[in-house]
Amino acid sequence: MKILVTVKEVAAVDDEFEIDGLAIDDRYVTADLNEWDEYAVEAAVQIKEAHDDVEVVTATIGPSETDETIRQALAKGADRAIRVWDEALDDAGLLDPETKAEVLAAVAAEEDPDLVLTGVQSADDGFGATGVTLADKLDMEWGAVVNNLDLDLEAGVASVHRELEGGVEELTDIEIPAVLTIQTGINDPRYASLRGIRQAQSKELAEYSLTDIGLDAAGIESPLEQTSLYEPETEGDATVFEGSPEETAAELAELLAEKGVTS
Amino acid sequence: MSVLAIAEHRRGELRPVSLEQLAAGRDLADELGSELHTAVIGGDVEAFGAELNREGVDAVHTVDIGEEFNHDVYTQVVTQLATELDPTVLLMPNSVNGLDYAPAVANRLDRPLVTDVVDIDAEDGLTATRELYGSKAETTIDVHADQAAVTIRPAEWPTIEADGDAAIEAFDATIDESAVKSTVKGFEEVGGGDIDITDADVLVSVGRGIEEEENLDIIHDLADALDATVSGSRPLIDNGWLAKDRQVGQSGKVVTPDVYIAVGISGAVQHVAGMKGSDTIVAINTDPNAPIFDIADYGIQDDLFEVVPALIEQFQ
Ligand SMILES: Cc1cc2nc3c(=O)[nH]c(=O)nc-3n(C[C@H](O)[C@H](O)[C@H](O)COP(=O)(O)OP(=O)(O)OC[C@H]3O[C@@H](n4cnc5c(N)ncnc54)[C@H](O)[C@@H]3O)c2cc1C
Repeated sequence: MKILVTVKEVAAVDDEFEIDGLAIDDRYVTADLNEWDEYAVEAAVQIKEAHDDVEVVTATIGPSETDETIRQALAKGADRAIRVWDEALDDAGLLDPETKAEVLAAVAAEEDPDLVLTGVQSADDGFGATGVTLADKLDMEWGAVVNNLDLDLEAGVASVHRELEGGVEELTDIEIPAVLTIQTGINDPRYASLRGIRQAQSKELAEYSLTDIGLDAAGIESPLEQTSLYEPETEGDATVFEGSPEETAAELAELLAEKGVTS
Repeated sequence: MSVLAIAEHRRGELRPVSLEQLAAGRDLADELGSELHTAVIGGDVEAFGAELNREGVDAVHTVDIGEEFNHDVYTQVVTQLATELDPTVLLMPNSVNGLDYAPAVANRLDRPLVTDVVDIDAEDGLTATRELYGSKAETTIDVHADQAAVTIRPAEWPTIEADGDAAIEAFDATIDESAVKSTVKGFEEVGGGDIDITDADVLVSVGRGIEEEENLDIIHDLADALDATVSGSRPLIDNGWLAKDRQVGQSGKVVTPDVYIAVGISGAVQHVAGMKGSDTIVAINTDPNAPIFDIADYGIQDDLFEVVPALIEQFQ
């Protein structure tokens, strides 16, 4: 069986930052593996460990600079990685969920996975829609916001918990092949071992252009155009206590006492 | 031209976002000079239909099919409704269930999808406002298409309360059963602990800023000193450092204590959804730009590892 996991490099932004045009100035940005994808990778690797003959392949849309991040997934147990990049994707600007899903669907068409795991959302653009769009493009079943997964390969069913709002989980049986979008908390993502990190260096990381995966670069066009980026205005009118920790703590203690909070 | 908003319900109750969509939808319809339609699928559609008949709604479409949400059914029904009504803007909730069918519907209708919008207008083409990088930045997006699908963030628009005089119409959907490949088996409440954080008058809530499980000791000490209850943001619960039912937020509990002290919590929208109704909100965070300060009444912009011990000392 083959599991395809979509992984993405996301930008983590410093506490203080400056905006340069339509992007955050590079100086304030660090690259990281998307938090939700880490849980998806772990879920795939756990299935691999529990069953015979499972291959875990990662798929990424991104330039070569993202290779280092992708290797984190390889170091944690994925078998090989695929990365798709093309100038046309760079030119398309803001990639909407449909465009991303189209590219990932082309990769999936080549790989023919039995299960696709994606993160619920990415920490930077937060669309939360690529996984389900991908499922529909692949004509696969799906489940969004999965925080518990029990796979019955013989029956061809994934019994999942979908985490709804307000501390309620929906218990659902999903026919596989399927795309599941994975929520944090489903497992406890492992740290990459030194051995894993060493092994990751020699694992295959294939790079494809759009043409390589059968897509027409001219057809890549995002219908969404980002026209501005700004820091949201603070709506808050919080009273901020100033001074040393002892001074601010004393002020807060006084306030809490006023509010009737005491032991 | 029209705007069509798809309602959401769970276990017999319409969810508030269903009525918030009507406010967003009415504004859009006014800008487009068009009608506002809403639809409800499954459950007690008659009662839901009557409830959705609010001021400004031109038509309510009821689809009497199934009891609870099933994404295969919703995807088919919403696709059929949208094909029939051909709305300029199709509105759906940016809820967990919304995200479980809206992308498939948008794909089938070949419409661009903009999710989690916090503002939207149709004055000069469709323009949506979204947040990036966990609310640290905001962006406006022009949608280059005549028709779009949009999911709106819950609790960003008011609910429309006044009654309306909409036409209530039953819509007959045809379901291809062979394409229904998921079965909802039931629901489960998350538990795990022994305390109901929604009962607490004072909550000391701890976030990822605490860094290590061992460091939680100072949070428990603070809670003891204040006779308060400990709750937390999601990462703490994901790590297993606090029981599941201590999670505050969208997927956790909604709390309304007299005092909520957020320690090392950034204030992500899903967290804020669970605590913004607290009487007095205090935030302790090193990042002066953390969104938590937008809703806090009092703040200390400093290291929790210095402030919390100093605070404990104040109460001893
Ligand atoms: C579908 C869905 C549902 C979700 N449901 C929930 C939910 O119910 N509840 C929830 O909480 N989240 C929920 N989340 C997750 C949410 O998006 C955030 O990831 C989470 O709330 C972040 O938690 P945090 O603020 O503790 O961590 P972070 O965002 O990492 O923030 C940590 C904060 O600590 C501060 N800090 C660091 N060190 C110190 C120090 N020494 N002193 C003081 N401050 C410090 C930092 O400046 C930062 O602001 C959900 C997400 C999704 C996608």
